Amino acid sequence: MDFSLTEDRRMLSDSLNRFLADKYGFDHRKNVAYDAPFHDTALWSEMCELGVLYALAPEDAGGFGGAGFDITTVFEALGKGLCPAPVLGSLLASSLMTSAGADQSSLLDGSVRYAVAIGELDAPYGLDDLETTFDGGKLSGRKSVVYGGNDAEVFLVAAKSGDTLGVYEVKASDAQVTGYGLIDGGGAAELFLDGAPGTELIADARDALEHALDLGRLALCAEAVGLMDATNEILLDYLRTRKQFGVPIGKFQALQHRAVDLVTEIEQARSITILAASRIGEDDQARIVAMAKNLIGRAARLVSEEAIQMHGGIAMTWEASVSHYAKRLVMIDAQLGDEDYQLEKVMAGYAA
Amino acid sequence: MDLSFTKEELEFRDEVRAFLDEKLPEELSEKVRIGGELEKEDMDRWHAILNEQGWLATGWPTEFGGPGWSPVEKHIFDEEAAKAHAPRIVPFGLAMLGPVLQKFGSKEQQDEILPRILDGSDWWCQGYSEPGAGSDLASLKTRAVRDGDDYVINGQKTWTTLGQHANKIFCLVRTKTDGKPQEGISFILVDLDTPGIEMRPIKLIEGGHEVNEVFFTDVRVPAENLVGEENQGWTIAKFLLTHERTNIAGVGFSMQGLTELKALARRVKRNGKPLIENPLFAARIAQMEIDLEAMKITNLRMLYTAQTQGAPGPETSILKIKGTVIRQTQNELARRALGPAAAPFPSEDMFGNAALVEPEDVHNAATYFNNRKLSIFGGSNEIQRNILSKAMLEL
Repeated sequence: MDFSLTEDRRMLSDSLNRFLADKYGFDHRKNVAYDAPFHDTALWSEMCELGVLYALAPEDAGGFGGAGFDITTVFEALGKGLCPAPVLGSLLASSLMTSAGADQSSLLDGSVRYAVAIGELDAPYGLDDLETTFDGGKLSGRKSVVYGGNDAEVFLVAAKSGDTLGVYEVKASDAQVTGYGLIDGGGAAELFLDGAPGTELIADARDALEHALDLGRLALCAEAVGLMDATNEILLDYLRTRKQFGVPIGKFQALQHRAVDLVTEIEQARSITILAASRIGEDDQARIVAMAKNLIGRAARLVSEEAIQMHGGIAMTWEASVSHYAKRLVMIDAQLGDEDYQLEKVMAGYAA
Repeated sequence: MDLSFTKEELEFRDEVRAFLDEKLPEELSEKVRIGGELEKEDMDRWHAILNEQGWLATGWPTEFGGPGWSPVEKHIFDEEAAKAHAPRIVPFGLAMLGPVLQKFGSKEQQDEILPRILDGSDWWCQGYSEPGAGSDLASLKTRAVRDGDDYVINGQKTWTTLGQHANKIFCLVRTKTDGKPQEGISFILVDLDTPGIEMRPIKLIEGGHEVNEVFFTDVRVPAENLVGEENQGWTIAKFLLTHERTNIAGVGFSMQGLTELKALARRVKRNGKPLIENPLFAARIAQMEIDLEAMKITNLRMLYTAQTQGAPGPETSILKIKGTVIRQTQNELARRALGPAAAPFPSEDMFGNAALVEPEDVHNAATYFNNRKLSIFGGSNEIQRNILSKAMLEL
């Protein structure tokens, strides 16, 4: 048993944390996260030079990581720094390309930005009810809230060819892309495919898509842990310094106990994220990742809402950093399967 | 990051399993499985079996007759014992007084008392709480006044668990009335045969006799029964609170409880189908199971801290809070699964009478009510929050 990070991962974590603190500080983040392209493209290149994307891919795919704990190391730092860069799309795309055995060097060095288009308006989380089709080399359908899609050059699109779900590569220039910003920062797009030309990446992609989604869910769990740690730090600092009735409000037991409950849930969230990272590639990967994303969904919303409540009015303002962490913490649940979706997956195992 | 046990730890686990398989009497494990009340003889019997193996004082170092287990080995034993439905080791002598004497006791006290805890000659109970001193333990009023070579004790203790089986009691008593309340408390050992002591049972919410109140009227205790220095009792009490906390989450019990809850929810039916297929109920189980999976890792993380950095810190209070809530949730779901069949009040004629109630269902609601204690005793969950707020969050 060993709960410490390896030397390599600690160095990656340290350098990414330092980079984000120096270059992606709160004010800068606030300036770029809500205006197109909803992140800083110059800093994107610098992050890629740090090796952030290489850490997400295994060695035989050209990276230097790709294990569960590599992914959590990167995304926990991104969460702590509230970073709006579209790394999630890169992770999903890298996973699909690894499954396909495709060359992903231009993805990993950051020179080509990829986004992965799976969810649709009426099928936002799972693979069962997707309606986008691939027929005769052309794709038709609409993909909804494609993370990083506003700024992607290549889309990897999940679509049915007959009854088989495949993944197809589509150039952004061949499709209608309507980009927009997200309420919690960062960008996404609606992808309208009306006979857009696509090339096959994976013909039968169900397993590859499930795996990519699991890695994405794990990444979001780790991002949430980073976000919760940062939010908690902001909150505790506020409780120690904000005075009412002549004393710091943290002296009031009504708030102390609630702050303790947040820490308890944050530690539980950290634990289940560690567990999920350790199960990547194992038989129970899907089940444990679903458990993790469910708990994270609950914990993140609690931390967000309680942090706002305990801050009071100041947390209702755009100026306060806690407001922006709080938004990200709540909206992360709606990415790649919310707490109810994940809970149903866990329950499905009971019937047998 | 590596969440697995080492090869040696896995071998140890196999050894524990084999031991439990061979030595744990089925009459005992069956009683534990159905949540029945254990007699003194049952507990003595299990203690003797463990002692023969050298595994009774799981937290003691070898020099005092313990197995010298690491926190992880102790955890493995606790988990396997819970899984096998072994009776809980009665903690008062073994997990509480033992470590106190090893740290604060005189050589004479250690030599005389520790072996008698191991071989079952003495059954210790705890005299901490008083009617007016629960969460605010430092306000305790039971007085011990020095008179020659004795202390004379007057006052009342309460919530004395299994005191009806005990022949000895360790007490926190007030030896100084001025100054800070914490600075006037001493830790003293009392023979329950001493004149002036009366123990009365307290009948609990579910009807059981588990705890007692103890009255002291002019009880003369030799001064050498003091542990540590006079007025050092609070330090000892705090040491006790932070000691032996590795099993505080009760993860082994909860894992066992989950297995039983699922079996129950598969057995009972609603609308012609197993209850576990009801999405509302399945969702409640699933949410609790997820919290438990996380708790298992939180527990291991704190064990890892204890193993690599010595004693665990105040964060073990997290285990107490979350661990007790998980167990209470299991009890609640089990009670709801049984529905009206949880209501029949346990009585002797129900045992072995499957036509009335399944044996494992007899104590269902009683266990639910009895385990409301989990979030109250050992420092209520609110007190744990106070501790965390101060020590960890620095509020």
